[in-house]
Amino acid sequence: MEVSANNEGKMCVVSVLEARIDAAVALAFKDAMRQSTDGGEADVVLDLGQVTFIDSSGLGAIVATMKFLAPDRKLILAGLTPAVDKVFKLTRMDTVFSVFNTLEQALAKQSS
Amino acid sequence: MITFEVCVDSGELAVREALGLVLANLETLSLDVEELATVELVLAEALNNVVEHAYPVTKPGNSIKIHCSQKVTGLHFAITDQGYSMPNGQTPLGLPQNVEVDPFDMPEGGFGWFLIKDLAKDVTYRRVENTNQLALRIAVAIH
Repeated sequence: MEVSANNEGKMCVVSVLEARIDAAVALAFKDAMRQSTDGGEADVVLDLGQVTFIDSSGLGAIVATMKFLAPDRKLILAGLTPAVDKVFKLTRMDTVFSVFNTLEQALAKQSS
Repeated sequence: MITFEVCVDSGELAVREALGLVLANLETLSLDVEELATVELVLAEALNNVVEHAYPVTKPGNSIKIHCSQKVTGLHFAITDQGYSMPNGQTPLGLPQNVEVDPFDMPEGGFGWFLIKDLAKDVTYRRVENTNQLALRIAVAIH
């Protein structure tokens, strides 16, 4: 599962570089998120701008990542494409996470 | 009105393969992106269940068949496999998960059947001899 992690100001930005977070890669996604955020202290912005499909397994992997970072670090979501946004809204997970339309908006909000 | 059937062998990438084949067959209908997203999500959840629970061990001959027929009420899908039966011979209820809980209690699973039952209509499951038959309707491509 390809992700890239960068520090942007006080935040750690992890971008998913694949189009799908589904059952086939849910475990690999969890591992990649753990590895790319382990040992840091910054809140994490998960950039989903390139993800066009997520299923309930992918959603569960994002929830697992949120738990891994809690309680000291927040997981913030950015760049949800329409199909991904739909899954978050239907399951009401959009009420659990801070969700931003774009990565820029997420970073601007966090630095203000 | 279109009708088609696709068949894949169960396994880690079976769901992606099946979804690719189904969506290719649906191209002729020119569904909008939201309708396609609904079809893809419902079928992904139903097929994930087959791969994970009906065929927990990947073996040759573990096939999954998806039949689709377009009718005036939408796209009617029938998914069949010869794996393990659903527990108690019925589908889970698929109730919404409570997400107003502490982060550490947040559910990481149990969303699949909720999504299927929320987005699809007329969801029925039957076990006939050694075959699981899941039928459902998605109200798109209605003429």
